[in-house]
Amino acid sequence: MSRKIGDVILDLQNISLRFGGVKALTDISFDIREHEVRAIIGPNGAGKSSMLNVINGVYHPQEGKIFYRGAERKKMEPHMAASTGIARTFQNIALFKGMSVLDNIMTGRTLKMKSNMLLQAMWFGPAQKEELAHRRKVEEIIDFLEIQHIRKTPVGRLPYGLQKRVDLGRALAMEPQILLLDEPMAGMNVEEKQDMCRFILDVNDQFGTTIVLIEHDMGVVMDISDRVVVLDYGKKIGDGLPDEVRSSPEVIKAYLGAGH
Amino acid sequence: MPTQVNFDSLDGLHTFPRLLFHHAKVRPNAPAMREKYLGIWQTWTWSDVAERVRALACGLASLGFKRGDNLAIVGDNRPHLYMMMSAAQCLGGVPVPLYQDAVAAEMLFVLQDAGVRFAIVEDQEQVDKLLEIKDQLPSLEHIVYDDPRGMRHYNQPFLHDVHELMEMGRIHDRNHSDFLNAEVEKGHYDDVSVMLYTSGTTGKPKGVCQTHAAFIAAAQGGAQVDKLGADGDILSYLPMAWVGDHLFSFAQSLVCGFTINCPESGETVMTDLREIGPTYYFAPPRVFESLLTSVQIRMEDAGQLKQRLFHHFMAVAKRCGGDILDGKPVSSGDRLQYWLGNLLIYGPLRNVLGMSRIKVAYTAGAAIGPELFSFYRSIGINLKQLYGQTETCAYVCLQPDGQVKADTVGAPAPGVEIRIADNGEVLVKGAMLLKEYYKRPDATAESINADGYFLTGDAGFLDEDGHLKIIDRAKDVGKLSNGAMFAPNYIENKLKFFQFVKESVCFGHDRDMVCAFINIDVGAVGNWAERRNIAYSGYTDLAGKPQVLEMIKSCIEEVNASLAHDAMVADSQVHRFLVLHKELDPDDDELTRTRKVRRNFIAEKYKVLIDALYGDKGNQYIETEVKFEDGRRGKVSADLRIIDVKTFPIAKKAA
Repeated sequence: MSRKIGDVILDLQNISLRFGGVKALTDISFDIREHEVRAIIGPNGAGKSSMLNVINGVYHPQEGKIFYRGAERKKMEPHMAASTGIARTFQNIALFKGMSVLDNIMTGRTLKMKSNMLLQAMWFGPAQKEELAHRRKVEEIIDFLEIQHIRKTPVGRLPYGLQKRVDLGRALAMEPQILLLDEPMAGMNVEEKQDMCRFILDVNDQFGTTIVLIEHDMGVVMDISDRVVVLDYGKKIGDGLPDEVRSSPEVIKAYLGAGH
Repeated sequence: MPTQVNFDSLDGLHTFPRLLFHHAKVRPNAPAMREKYLGIWQTWTWSDVAERVRALACGLASLGFKRGDNLAIVGDNRPHLYMMMSAAQCLGGVPVPLYQDAVAAEMLFVLQDAGVRFAIVEDQEQVDKLLEIKDQLPSLEHIVYDDPRGMRHYNQPFLHDVHELMEMGRIHDRNHSDFLNAEVEKGHYDDVSVMLYTSGTTGKPKGVCQTHAAFIAAAQGGAQVDKLGADGDILSYLPMAWVGDHLFSFAQSLVCGFTINCPESGETVMTDLREIGPTYYFAPPRVFESLLTSVQIRMEDAGQLKQRLFHHFMAVAKRCGGDILDGKPVSSGDRLQYWLGNLLIYGPLRNVLGMSRIKVAYTAGAAIGPELFSFYRSIGINLKQLYGQTETCAYVCLQPDGQVKADTVGAPAPGVEIRIADNGEVLVKGAMLLKEYYKRPDATAESINADGYFLTGDAGFLDEDGHLKIIDRAKDVGKLSNGAMFAPNYIENKLKFFQFVKESVCFGHDRDMVCAFINIDVGAVGNWAERRNIAYSGYTDLAGKPQVLEMIKSCIEEVNASLAHDAMVADSQVHRFLVLHKELDPDDDELTRTRKVRRNFIAEKYKVLIDALYGDKGNQYIETEVKFEDGRRGKVSADLRIIDVKTFPIAKKAA
């Protein structure tokens, strides 16, 4: 592999998040390096999705600091996350069911469109040129994800596995530097999982995208990630290479219960 | 206008490279190939293609490709792969296309047999396959790939991007500008132009060597029958290793000058079909069948008015559509109705199917149901059948316009002689015959007789109009005890055209009458039973229901009635039958993996049933062991009823 893992791109320090009296995350610190595949695992309710939502600015932790490319990130909104190069997919697919695959992925380009709305509506002059350029990028993604055959199909008519792939496509359309994937393989059969793994690794390899991944399938996590963070009841109980994490007694306890 | 090939003059257009450069000269800006790239159809004109072929050929030459070398081609239908075929031919080499979905181990035999030094493959997947077996292929020196995706980390020096090869070639061409022209000049029509491997269902695959002359003759003959011109479009989506694709896409496009369109991927074929709207189309029967099914399903979901319109006009089409297409006299009332139907139903339907522009569509490879066949013809699609094999460039019989019959494969094509041997085997002779099997003089000698006829291995006969009717594989054809010919496959196919019959096995060799085993189609019969409130628990139960047996009986009687019309097979009417208590299954060795009936094995296994059929019993108890998918074994038993069927007197032809 020619891919080189770079410097720390996102550093999370002592993050705590509370919803009223409920502690979702307690004093969690870990970092994400450029070009790596970083997995967040843990039992149900461990705070994985909350962690992801902290990273892309949906939730604001009450305590702790976040450094993005060395600079401390203050108050931020999700749309700001998008414009700084963080994209995500959702656990429950969030696509426009009535729109075609092509249009759905095209929505991922919205932030990058510069011309004004009136020109876009009239499809005139610079807007036309711009849209063609974006369409080209979208077609490259369609080609990359091998979904040419459903280009014009409304997303609602597609099987679940393909919808997940379109969701990934929409996130990729933003050409993100960090891609957050929330359970990209939930509910898939073995073959679909293998395809998804291949696409994730290809994205990471070909575009150098840093990937942060929440996943339940341990086989998948151990296979494709460079480093793994383990959460349990909102606390970090493990962090390291897949093999280290797998053999850590605390992690085993969290997953299999005490007594083992 | 098809280009005329002149075999007599030395500068005549009698090899494929010469044809290619001829087109580049006379129609440089006409489209030669199209491929979809990032969702948009890209066109290569004949001069673009000629330039690329030139570059590829010179590139191959600079890597050391020599006259007589074989070039393996592995991948989906891609323009660069077709161009590489031409490039190899320019240098006097032989392209050897392989089936792209074969696993590495299956490719090994062909690659070894052909002693391949060079290979062009489509993508990373195919590169990986070749790398997997490279150790066993000492002669393989260079692999060229078309699609660079995923190839960044491959740094083996023998791997080349196709564009890199073209660049090498362009430099070579600048330095030796006369080289390629001289190579093309050296080409002779008697040189082998392509090597196609037979599928090898019987024994090891054999490389069929075909010359330029053979394929050009076949392509020209077909173009003449169907009046193909340079303005056509074909969708090239069937495997390049298959003789049909080589004839239709490669040879005929080079002879006629029409356009090859390569679909984006295997899954987009149907969309691409609609976008391109080919004028010339080929598909195996199952494709036509699935298209029709999808139309029927969508019609059932349509509103009342639409459904009524559809059924009304389909009845009109059934009555007169085929005759109108054949140019036969039709009453003016029907003509008016058909015209209206064309406006409201047939035209839009053809458009939905992507067949609005079709001049000729062909089907071959398996028997097509007469209903299915006439459906397409009745809505104005000129669907025809052809007959041929790899050894004959897929060119033996074609159905000429106006003389299309559902149950024959047509008249001998121009330049083809047909003779029927005493055992019923079809023998053919003509310019399109193979030169030889590669490195297999024994097999070549076996397949071509002393008079120069090729033994097809198919049994058939010529009907009163001189059309060939294929009935079975020659080795399966037997004789009834009265000496009449017995072709089990022919009868079985007729039975299987009924949607209720899934499988059937006919017996009759050395017997006084024909009897049959039937497997019902659980889906179709189950649905039929449900609509009649017949409750059943499973296959065995359903197969034993008296109503089902009665229904199957009427199907068989229909077959008997149609057999009675044909003097050659009239004696083969089915006299008695039974419906088997279990489905024939490859897991129980009763079918091959490709779902062909293993006749002898079944005869052995169910001997007691055959004895009952030929005895005068009315029923027979049987118990059979079956293997389940998880490896467990079980037993199925039933008391099977044996049913006599009405047979019809043989229709005597008027003298």
